[in-house]
Amino acid sequence: MAQIKVEALDKSFGSFHAVKSASFTVEDGQFLCLLGPSGCGKTTTLRMIAGLELPTAGTIRLDGEDVTMNRASARDIAFVFQLFALYPHMNVRRNIGFPLTCEGISAAERDRRVVEAARILRISHLLDRSVSGLAGGDRQRVALGRAIVRKPKCFLMDEPLGALDTEMREAMIHELRALHDRLGATTVYVTHDQLEAMAMADRIAVMNNGVVEQVASPRDIYDRPASLFVADFIGSPPMNFLPFRSGLQTGAEAIRLGERDVAIPAAREAMTESELVLGVRPEHVRFTDRGMVRGEVYGTEYLGTMQIVTVTTRYGALKARSPSSRSFRTGETVGLDFRPDTLSIFDKASGRAIRTALHDGGVHG
Amino acid sequence: MTSVTTAHSVVEPSVTTRRFAGSLVVLYAIITMIPLVWIMLTAFKSPDDAISYPPKVMFKPSLEGFCNLFTTRSRQTPEFIRSLGPPQGLCDGIARDRNMVVAGPSNYVPRFVNSLIIAFGSTVLAVALGTLSAYGFSRFRVPLKDDLLFFILSTRMMPPIAVAIPIYLMYRTIGLSDTRLGMILLYTSVNVSLAVWLLKGFIDEIPREYEEAAMIDGYTRFQAFVKVVLPQATTGIAATAIFCLIFAWNEYAFAVLLTSGNAQTAPPFIPIIIGEGGQDWPAVAAGTTLFLVPIVVFTVLLRKHLLRGITFGAVRK
Repeated sequence: MAQIKVEALDKSFGSFHAVKSASFTVEDGQFLCLLGPSGCGKTTTLRMIAGLELPTAGTIRLDGEDVTMNRASARDIAFVFQLFALYPHMNVRRNIGFPLTCEGISAAERDRRVVEAARILRISHLLDRSVSGLAGGDRQRVALGRAIVRKPKCFLMDEPLGALDTEMREAMIHELRALHDRLGATTVYVTHDQLEAMAMADRIAVMNNGVVEQVASPRDIYDRPASLFVADFIGSPPMNFLPFRSGLQTGAEAIRLGERDVAIPAAREAMTESELVLGVRPEHVRFTDRGMVRGEVYGTEYLGTMQIVTVTTRYGALKARSPSSRSFRTGETVGLDFRPDTLSIFDKASGRAIRTALHDGGVHG
Repeated sequence: MTSVTTAHSVVEPSVTTRRFAGSLVVLYAIITMIPLVWIMLTAFKSPDDAISYPPKVMFKPSLEGFCNLFTTRSRQTPEFIRSLGPPQGLCDGIARDRNMVVAGPSNYVPRFVNSLIIAFGSTVLAVALGTLSAYGFSRFRVPLKDDLLFFILSTRMMPPIAVAIPIYLMYRTIGLSDTRLGMILLYTSVNVSLAVWLLKGFIDEIPREYEEAAMIDGYTRFQAFVKVVLPQATTGIAATAIFCLIFAWNEYAFAVLLTSGNAQTAPPFIPIIIGEGGQDWPAVAAGTTLFLVPIVVFTVLLRKHLLRGITFGAVRK
């Protein structure tokens, strides 16, 4: 197993700049998710780590060794594709054993390792079946089997659960994480599904338009988003944004929003007068009659124990998470309050989060 | 009276439609089969039955056509024939009834062997070259790819025979006239354009992930091509091989022009039979019947791949 270090990686396809100076490190044994919307460059980044694409600039190190220009076959990594890429002309046993066939490993040893991989993935009973008759989840397990059988330096996975139905996907999330804990393999996992990333990753790298916006633990990504994009992309429903114009002094503990002061985590940097954005997670919005923001209930989405209430205010529509026990009438006037210690402030022009007491504890990527 | 409503599908053709379509297919099959059946029947007729009018459908089968195909005969006086011993084999017997004796084997077998070597040789070459170039066009960023592909296709836009004279002169100069190698190269170059285009369609449909997976697993690109791409392209390769073989097997014009003794193939030889001792239709028909066999065998062997190959892949989605 190995550490993966990606430094200032750039990739252009003609005039299209797919990846812009991406840098991050995956420590030995870590599970990193590359998360972002489609077309953000996450798959391209993964393919460069695999050696399926060559970067325009930058370096990739596996355990300190510069492998940027090495052939894929010389990197000793395993790749799991979204569409599994199981060879239709081979049965399950030969598919799993295929990576070993070229290494000159004896047939007995190969068979032992195939059986072992199948046992770990609980597909021993399928070994002599043809791959074309398998269900989605089993196909995925065979693809994983082909990856783990060789004991490579790291696993790269490109949306491996994307082709599965919801039920299967949830089961596989737990299996994948359990497999990772068991093998301790360095893993880079590409997904556009934040729930997958949140559930599995040790660390998440959020990408947008080819740029790595933030690399941090799932908790930090959620609680301390480094940019407006991350705050908007993560969370369902996403963070509420209230634009305002103000300067900010180091140590300031409140901002002026309309006619009211809103308490915020103490600012750790100063801003000259500019367009700023206050970010509030829906679960940090409270309903109080004396709230600092007033608005009309527009509608509710029932989610079982919780409901999402949309309130129209002078700052736009705000979403609040509230227990289902409380009932709201459409058109009702309500007051809203925010939990001060959880608020984020962003610079609207750059999208960057402004450092506040919120970041004191967290590791900022 | 109550009306009976039966559940019927909107997309499935009704029974009447299916019967009508079925009878059209059968009718068409019969029309196309008649000449073939007639040739096979003629091969087993005696020369008199073959030219009798009205044509005979029922007749006494004879192997005279096949005997005449495989042998050359010389005419002798009845006295001389009587002075010989008993007939040497079946064909000698048939010949003696017509006041002839078998003088030796005909050229049909060597011509047939030439056909086999040239047709299969050029098919193997065309398919091998076509598969490699189709893979290259399908997977790599080739400069001027579209222009090159169009250029390859453009070689089929005129009938090959249009370049017959230049090729004849060229072959005579470089010593390829009337050689098997020359004919193999010629048919290969005609077929390779077809092979590239057909196979590119098939290879385009094989996802790249298969090779990428193999390359990550430690195989070189060529190994990945052999172990992963080729097995999945068998359908396309089989279909392409049959098309190439049929062309090379049936080709007549170039064969007439460029071959005479050494490398002559069966198609220009078969009509020559007719001149040897009268209008010997049964011998011609026998030669044609045997000539059909290799293609039929090859097609039947690859039938499973062929049916899928012609309906899928050849037409790009």
